[in-house]
Amino acid sequence: MAIPVTINGRQQQLDVPNEMPLLWAIREAAGLTGTKYACGVAQCGACTVHLDGQPVRACVTPTSAARGRRVTTIEGLDAKGEHPLQKAWVEEQVPQCGYCQSGQIMSAAALLAAKPSPTDADIDAAMAGNICRCGTYQRIRAAIHKAAAMKKAGTR
Amino acid sequence: MNRNPKITRRALLKGGAALGAGLVIGFRLPLDAAAQQTPGVFAPNQWLKIDRDGVVTITNSVPEMGQGAMTATPMIIADELDADWGKIRIEQAPANPKLYANPVTGNQAYGGSRGVRDHLEMWRKAGAAARQMLKQAAAQEWNVPESELETEPGVVIHRPSGRRLMYGQLVDKASQLPVPQNPVLKTKDQFRYIGKEGIARLDIPVKTDGRAVYGMDVKVPGMLIASIERCPVFGGKVQSFDATAAKAVAGVRHVVQVSNGVAVVATNFWSALQGRRALKVTWDEGALAPLTSAAISKQYEAMSRQAGQVARNEGNAEQALGAGGKVVEAVYQVPFLEHACMEPMNATAHVMPDSVTLWVPTQNPGGHQALAAKLAGVPVERVEVVTTLLGGGFGRRGEPDFVTDAVETSKAVNAPVKVIWTREDDIQHGFYRPATYNVFKAAVDANGQPVAWWHRIVGPGILIQKGRAPKGTIDPAAVEGARNHPYDIPNIRVEWVEKDFGVPIGFWRSVGSSQNAFITESFIDELAHAAGKDPYEYRRALLGKAPRHLAVLDAAAKGAGWGTPLPAGRARGIAVAFSYGSYAAHVAEVSVAPDGGVRVHRIVCAIDCGIAVYPNQVRSQMEGGAIYALTAALYGKITLDKGRVQQSNFHDYPMMRIAEAPKVETIIVDSGQAPGGLGEPGVPPVAPAVTNALFALTGKRIRTLPIDRDLLKRA
Ligand code: FES
Ligand code: FES
Repeated sequence: MAIPVTINGRQQQLDVPNEMPLLWAIREAAGLTGTKYACGVAQCGACTVHLDGQPVRACVTPTSAARGRRVTTIEGLDAKGEHPLQKAWVEEQVPQCGYCQSGQIMSAAALLAAKPSPTDADIDAAMAGNICRCGTYQRIRAAIHKAAAMKKAGTR
Repeated sequence: MNRNPKITRRALLKGGAALGAGLVIGFRLPLDAAAQQTPGVFAPNQWLKIDRDGVVTITNSVPEMGQGAMTATPMIIADELDADWGKIRIEQAPANPKLYANPVTGNQAYGGSRGVRDHLEMWRKAGAAARQMLKQAAAQEWNVPESELETEPGVVIHRPSGRRLMYGQLVDKASQLPVPQNPVLKTKDQFRYIGKEGIARLDIPVKTDGRAVYGMDVKVPGMLIASIERCPVFGGKVQSFDATAAKAVAGVRHVVQVSNGVAVVATNFWSALQGRRALKVTWDEGALAPLTSAAISKQYEAMSRQAGQVARNEGNAEQALGAGGKVVEAVYQVPFLEHACMEPMNATAHVMPDSVTLWVPTQNPGGHQALAAKLAGVPVERVEVVTTLLGGGFGRRGEPDFVTDAVETSKAVNAPVKVIWTREDDIQHGFYRPATYNVFKAAVDANGQPVAWWHRIVGPGILIQKGRAPKGTIDPAAVEGARNHPYDIPNIRVEWVEKDFGVPIGFWRSVGSSQNAFITESFIDELAHAAGKDPYEYRRALLGKAPRHLAVLDAAAKGAGWGTPLPAGRARGIAVAFSYGSYAAHVAEVSVAPDGGVRVHRIVCAIDCGIAVYPNQVRSQMEGGAIYALTAALYGKITLDKGRVQQSNFHDYPMMRIAEAPKVETIIVDSGQAPGGLGEPGVPPVAPAVTNALFALTGKRIRTLPIDRDLLKRA
């Protein structure tokens, strides 16, 4: 009774109970540890992944909700780890401890997909669910703007 | 970002990849005499080795908890070595205090913002010694005097003849030479990496693509996962438990009692958690079962009328206060606070019959090695500690509890076990920043100048509770930042009354200074306003004997445009403090919403950390320190009822989020002095800068943290 889920483009059969949060299925069953646990109650965003392109909190999403759907984790955001956000994160030297950053980047990626040139207010709204205990917020903001600019330049 | 042209992005990414691989493997035997003699590897000391390809492997002893240690350490060593930054690989040191102890503290434990400041000289020497040996080797090779040789990154050069040898070509010869004990160090103008902009952190690429390995991410063959049910009351014990239902949960393998509660051990975390929910435990709640926050405050207040131990006494403050002049009085209180590292506590242990391996995000590799040895009953040398990346530390990850959990559980079930704490475990079973109660009195003269400063602190002592300072003495952690305030006042008395209820307390980012800077910098502000003076000028006049405080105060004021007009509804506040070897001043610009909600728009911080080894990370630490401090000032509060912590997760122990985060501007004041710390010094002045600004704006003085918005509400 495994649950079929496509993770980062790969079809997988996750042999876990329906109600197991997708977070733990991803981390322990699929072995992808880039997606983090930090609160378990949809308060911090560390577990953010994309479900059919939409950002969700994997810690409160039952694995059964992903049945037959596409999940993208930080590992699958870009094959080479060169998504504009990942480059901007390096250029702005965003992470400190880094533990929140997979979730930050996944939330930011969903934002950029929906709004290629986000305003500060758009960033505030889209990133409101992501806590960074190390306080890297101003660099996150700068990096999102930078990635947006990179994307624009790249598509021209 | 501004880049050093000598460092290519490609090289850095390569460096990052090497780092990632190193971390995944994570094992490394300590360098010893045998390693020194590995053919083709030049390893003059435990900090670096160079192979024939010229790859320089540097061992970093300071855990990477976000402060950039994994890059600052190699910057220092590579600079004196004159290594090619693109050929640097970094490995995390194993626990081995003989080789890797902090040379100042003698322990392989990391707190107190001691990474760079305690190691700088030793690491410079380690790099310089190797460079000197490489030059000697080249001098022999070419048969020229060593004085004619110089180095550029990764090569020794003989300019008169134009000859060059790569470091990798010299390793065999250099290995034969004696290690110089007092190598010549570079002068400041010769630095290539130290103090330079544009050096990218080596750990950042792996922190953007999921490769970074934290304690949570450790995978060991055959590993089980455990979650531990702990007594909700501090100090409580298991009386009995019924594991029948827990064991019936699919995936649960064992239920065992350990020191900190009952461990449910399963094949996966979710099952462990379900098992834990099904577990029935009867607790002996112990002596703290009736404890409440209200009772703590009340008792503190009563005890504030008793004399305390005298931490500082100059002149005769009591006499000056009784002389009939104007006296200003105030009471300040701060709550317990939890660290809330982003990565909840965890550790993985494999206890074998005669050895232990520990994979742990730790600030205390040496202490945790010794602890594991004791718990497992094996010699210390038989405990291998793999320090993973830390998802935040802030003082929490030096404590023993999460390591005890993993070692005891692994031993009990005879398998490798990862113990994962939930966020609720983390918030409710912390080692909290102490709650304290403070009474201030000051006598001021006709001009409003203070002639006497009297301060009595009531609260527990962290070092005393941990048995690291004797009972009946003054706990240095309790009075830091209070007894050494910088103001030149003729009569000063600071007292400490010890009162410890037994709530576990610990070192919370900037420790005593985090709260004592708030209260002292608020009270001096009260005196300034009582005197009708500008709080910046008032401080200046009292800092005649504190030039480094004065310099950062001036720099922050200037950077923030102190005294220049602000939009309506905004005000500025200022504060300054010394902590952990560095001087910091902050100016905060605030406004208040009609509902009393505080908005901090801008923070300007001036920091004198002596020599600034890694300027971009100086700024990073100031940015992060400000947010950490603001979270505490605006929201931070752990309260107790029935001996239990009432908060449990981020909904009731909130963290500052992006929309509320102010712009933090950092001014690095180069004093040319010995290096100071950075992880902590950016925290202490922030809360008082904000509350002083709130006073300037509203006339309401915040004397209790967190800031009570009801006090600021406009009717
Ligand atoms: S772990 Fe899912 S939101 Fe915090
Ligand atoms: S970088 Fe540490 S929590 Fe965000």
